[in-house]
Amino acid sequence: MYKIIKHIMADILRNKVILSYTLLLAIASFSIFALEDTSSKGILSMLNVLLMVVPLFSLIFSTIYIYNSSEFIELLLSQPIPRKTIWRSLYFGLSIAMSLAFFLGSGIWILVFQADYLGFMLLLIGLLLTLGFSSIAFLTALLAKDKAKGIGISIFSWLFFAIIYDGIILFLLFQFSDYPIEKLMIFISFLNPIDLARILLLMQLDVSALMGYTGAIFKDFFGTQMGIIISYLCLIMWILVPFKISENIFAKKDL
Amino acid sequence: MITLEHIDKKFGKFQALQDIQLTCKRGQCIALIGPNGSGKTTLIKTILQMVMPDKGNIIFKGEKVNNQWEYRSKIGFMPQMTRYPENMKIGELIEMMKDIRNMSTNLDEELINAFNLSSMFEKKMGTLSGGTKQKVGACLAFLFQPDLLILDEPTAGLDPLSSEKLLKKVAKEKAKGKTIIISSHILSDLDELVDDVIYMQDGKILFHTKIDELIFETSETKLTKIISRKMGSVHV
Amino acid sequence: MIKKSYPLLLILLFIGTSVFGKRMYVGPKENYKSITSALEAAKNADSIFVLKGIYQEKNIIMDKSVALIGINYPILDGQGLYEILSIKAPNVTVSGFEIIRCGISSIRDMAAIKVYDTHHVKIINNHIKKAFFGIYLQYSKNCQIQNNVITAKGITEQESGNGIHCWNSSYLQIINNKISGHRDGIYFEFVTHSKIVKNHSFKNMRYGLHFMFSNNDTYEGNRFTENGAGVAVMFSNHVNMFHNYFEKSWGDAAYGILLKEIAEGKIMYNHFSSNTMGVYMEGATNIQMKHNLFEKNGWALKVQASCQNITIEENNFLANTFDVSTNGTLFLSNFQHNYWDKYDGYDLDKNHLGDIPYRPISLFSVILEKNPTTLIMFRSFIAVLLDKTEKNLPSLTPEQLKDEHPRMKPIKWI
Repeated sequence: MYKIIKHIMADILRNKVILSYTLLLAIASFSIFALEDTSSKGILSMLNVLLMVVPLFSLIFSTIYIYNSSEFIELLLSQPIPRKTIWRSLYFGLSIAMSLAFFLGSGIWILVFQADYLGFMLLLIGLLLTLGFSSIAFLTALLAKDKAKGIGISIFSWLFFAIIYDGIILFLLFQFSDYPIEKLMIFISFLNPIDLARILLLMQLDVSALMGYTGAIFKDFFGTQMGIIISYLCLIMWILVPFKISENIFAKKDL
Repeated sequence: MITLEHIDKKFGKFQALQDIQLTCKRGQCIALIGPNGSGKTTLIKTILQMVMPDKGNIIFKGEKVNNQWEYRSKIGFMPQMTRYPENMKIGELIEMMKDIRNMSTNLDEELINAFNLSSMFEKKMGTLSGGTKQKVGACLAFLFQPDLLILDEPTAGLDPLSSEKLLKKVAKEKAKGKTIIISSHILSDLDELVDDVIYMQDGKILFHTKIDELIFETSETKLTKIISRKMGSVHV
Repeated sequence: MIKKSYPLLLILLFIGTSVFGKRMYVGPKENYKSITSALEAAKNADSIFVLKGIYQEKNIIMDKSVALIGINYPILDGQGLYEILSIKAPNVTVSGFEIIRCGISSIRDMAAIKVYDTHHVKIINNHIKKAFFGIYLQYSKNCQIQNNVITAKGITEQESGNGIHCWNSSYLQIINNKISGHRDGIYFEFVTHSKIVKNHSFKNMRYGLHFMFSNNDTYEGNRFTENGAGVAVMFSNHVNMFHNYFEKSWGDAAYGILLKEIAEGKIMYNHFSSNTMGVYMEGATNIQMKHNLFEKNGWALKVQASCQNITIEENNFLANTFDVSTNGTLFLSNFQHNYWDKYDGYDLDKNHLGDIPYRPISLFSVILEKNPTTLIMFRSFIAVLLDKTEKNLPSLTPEQLKDEHPRMKPIKWI
């Protein structure tokens, strides 16, 4: 498997799109940190890059890559290699390459300008989101045979996780404002990796505000060691579960 | 060498393969022929389990290999019109396949030399013509000295000269006792090679006969004519 | 002639006695075995030195102007039953003691050291542990409380008193004490013309410093950490608050400073860091806030609609979750030339002031006020979108609440 990963990564790293992604992240991150007056403002802008750009790119690039590699996958399938190995190699190759792109583009600047627990957390969450949304892309790419349709599905899933889901929650929050739904909200946030990442960072950035009234309920969960561990585990589940499902589909897929 | 038992395959509602039964002995060369969409490529992909059969067994060298993968190390496959990773150079692709197969010695590089591919090792796959890609595919199929060669429309995109070189190579391998399955609709290419002919239509094997019997039956020597005659007799 | 020189004579007399007062020693091997016996024998202006040991003498009443000085921190133990030192004479000094286990009473305010109706008392360098009230002053003037460490482990507000409690007093100086674990770190009620300087008040249950009905006081250079609230100033006027550091007042009703019904105050050069709320004002009038730094607070400022004529100028607002919040739509205060890190205006005329106003109230904080659970959606794309819309078309936030010309860069002072 290591050999195949190596070759896939070598292929992706020469891809111009991923190079421009790295460059774009590098320029954005550098200007965010270097040009903003205060580092706190920089972190907030970085948060948006993390929660919007990273998932979007991870989803779309992975989807397109899978469609574009269908022939390569066929070539590998005719070789004495188990299907699982092929699919996993493809995922590892792609996600390692993209994580590397994120690390070289944003990670280095984060570590240069924000070398503390928060910076480390930004980096970790950026990587987890990269892995998670690649994994979701692996699933959506198998749902449709047609490339255009597949990309459509992946764009929609981004819209859903980044915007629509939050809109629905906000609407429900006002509809059910008379009920004690804080605990339910904690559960609901687990169903969206972007929300999960956002709340984890919120606990770092806005800890003072969260110590006030309702905040304490979230703080009691997300602020505790247990809560943080569960949250990270849940983010990891967002990597494992969609990938595992996609792997099972791929095992039976006709190419 | 390889036996297919009662293979069924549906793509949605479309019956791609229906109750396929096939045996191919060691050293045999089988021509898989039939009109477009008759299921030739699907059958070939089923043998490699790139398409998973709904029903039936695949038996390779006496062993059932459904959901297995190791047996593919004994098969060389040349697909029909392949795209390869575009950023990869020919040389790199070949190196990669060697790497993946874990073989660097005992390689059959005859075709690489015949097609003079080494001079193009630095070219990227994305820039190649369809014909050159076919050549790469052919080279890869023969490279690892497989016991079973599966060639899907091998001559389709090739110029006559390269076609000739390829078929010569196939003949040579056959003489070495390799088993060969070729799908093609350019039948004239296959005249001297083929032992058996399988004719497929609508996902079914219409007939599977020895070429000698066919010649005897139709008293033609050219495969094209044999087939048209045979088909005529079927239709009548 | 005699009348005129009378004060001079008094001063000479005072210097004379203090210089020539005799020295007495208390200790297991000394002439005096107990402090009480030494006090009985002492005259005004004598010095009593107490050697290391544990002294359980119930209530020690100091009714003579003597200096009581501990050597190597002798321990005065109240056994959880008694008020330990009662100072009832002027010009008393108490220093260098470890005073433990003062009594707890719900009827009397028992203290480790209590000063009754006197003046010029110095309480210096003592360690007071597990006291109900630490140091208690009533009807006292010109007293100095310095370098004491006062710690308690109060469990509930009812079961613990204040670290330094001052009542009906004036001209006090409270300097460089460390107070923790009490109800209020320092408590002032009807105390005027006093100074509270460089104290560190932390982990007290209610307030680090509490003013009630106390006018013309100044507190500066103090540090308030992890108290229920840093400082509460209530029903007072002319209180100056300079150079203090407020941090980690975390909780439901936790503030750096809580101002309630106060007037004519000055809040300058303070640093508010990581409090749930930096400054909360209710019913405040004529308050000047200048050159303060607010960073990493949940809400930097909460100015209720009942406030009037609050001037908030040249402060720095950095990395606060919300800068300003209010409860009404009417706002009678003035923001001027502050630096807001969330400001994204421009400065075309290069005068270091932004050309377009900054509105420090975000729509989301208004939404939050109505529906606290929405906090979980904070910083989501939807929330950012709502805020941007509101900034351009204010509809729910007070229209006149704005800084017309905010600073482009953080303001430097010192």
